Amino acid sequence: MTLPLTPSQTVGPFLAMGLPWPDGPYVVPDGTPGAVTIAGRVLDGAGEPVPDALIETWQADPDGRFAHPDDPRGAPGPGAAGPGFRGFGRCPTDPAGRYRIVTLRPGALPCPDGGTEAPHLDVSVFARGLLDRVVTRIYFPDQTAANAADPVLSAIGAERGATLVATAEPGGPAGRFRFDIRLQGGGETVFFDI
Amino acid sequence: MTTDVPTGAAFAVPSYQRPTGVHPPLDSPGYRSSVLRAPKQPPVALPQRLTEITGPLLGAERVTAADADLTTRHGGEPIGERIIVTGRVLDSGGRPVPDTLVEIWQANAAGRYAHRIDDHDAPLDANFDGAGSSVTDSAGRYRFVTIKPGAYPWRNHLNAWRPAHIHFSLFGRAFTQRLVTQMYFPGDPLFAQDPIFNSVPDPKGRDRLICRFDLQVTQPDWALGYVWDIVLRGPGATVFESQPEVHR
Repeated sequence: MTLPLTPSQTVGPFLAMGLPWPDGPYVVPDGTPGAVTIAGRVLDGAGEPVPDALIETWQADPDGRFAHPDDPRGAPGPGAAGPGFRGFGRCPTDPAGRYRIVTLRPGALPCPDGGTEAPHLDVSVFARGLLDRVVTRIYFPDQTAANAADPVLSAIGAERGATLVATAEPGGPAGRFRFDIRLQGGGETVFFDI
Repeated sequence: MTTDVPTGAAFAVPSYQRPTGVHPPLDSPGYRSSVLRAPKQPPVALPQRLTEITGPLLGAERVTAADADLTTRHGGEPIGERIIVTGRVLDSGGRPVPDTLVEIWQANAAGRYAHRIDDHDAPLDANFDGAGSSVTDSAGRYRFVTIKPGAYPWRNHLNAWRPAHIHFSLFGRAFTQRLVTQMYFPGDPLFAQDPIFNSVPDPKGRDRLICRFDLQVTQPDWALGYVWDIVLRGPGATVFESQPEVHR
């Protein structure tokens, strides 16, 4: 049996009524040892902030494991990421287009066909004006060797691939990363067809 | 039990069909808000690997039974036509998606959202906030009690009105299955002029966004019933990606 799919529609301008959660930005509870913050802005083709977007993130735990039955390696080991690790983050943008996710750094992942994916978060962006979500990834700037061997970044090439690598906040405390999402135009973020 | 898969060895993961031709093109200039927000570069094909074939399994811990009834959360009865909206969440293989979070939000009966930026000159309803959530049962079924939303003007073009709709957010079981969409009501005269509804390229796809009235779901002397099933991306076959050339 093959059922035809339900099409996507935009979240529209009023997503803040239904989708944000008070704990949404916290993939791990605030104050968890080793937690990092990934923050940035969502910008449109004119460089203006997008104040009505929603960012969602999904990622492995620090050991590169998923608490999910389709991970063929089985359940994560006890206590690897702590009981508060959800893997999923969700944050609406504020009037300046800013979002923020508090999480643990994910581990590297084995590829089904061999090789290794560098640590990354998968990201969905929803907004008024987007009739379907757009999907991107966040990689980490200090994983130089792993990023160089990553099959996704390698296929994209250095110039556009740079849009997928967060930057360490200049002069900021350790564990703070910046990742801006440019929906359109100069420096447009790489988006994926999954 | 934990089973380690050595790096470099091939292993099998599920795969999900690619939704070719189903979803609206992002570049849909008739919808004015898309003009500066739709990416210009074509999307890059991403193989479905561990991050894509897993996803958050959000369920009962995020909702209470009261969250599925949008008519009883405040002091009094909201104004408008009380309705029941129910259906199943399935994948394209026909398998129910159980224990998955369904989130909705909508305008009130007058076509006004309880959101600070909605300036439509229509009344708010102190007894209706327009947001709800539910978790599917073991058969993939969800059920909401709410108020039929009103149409509203939105300035996209001259005399633009959105057909009545309820926003739906679905997770499924994998990152690939995530879907946010809108459910419409049968026979709405506003369909023909709505660029969001008509952004779906296939007329049959548009039909799948419209619920159907169901007398069996309707409760006598109390509420009209509507049924809307939602189909998320389902399996391609479980593939064993064997690429011998990488195992040298």
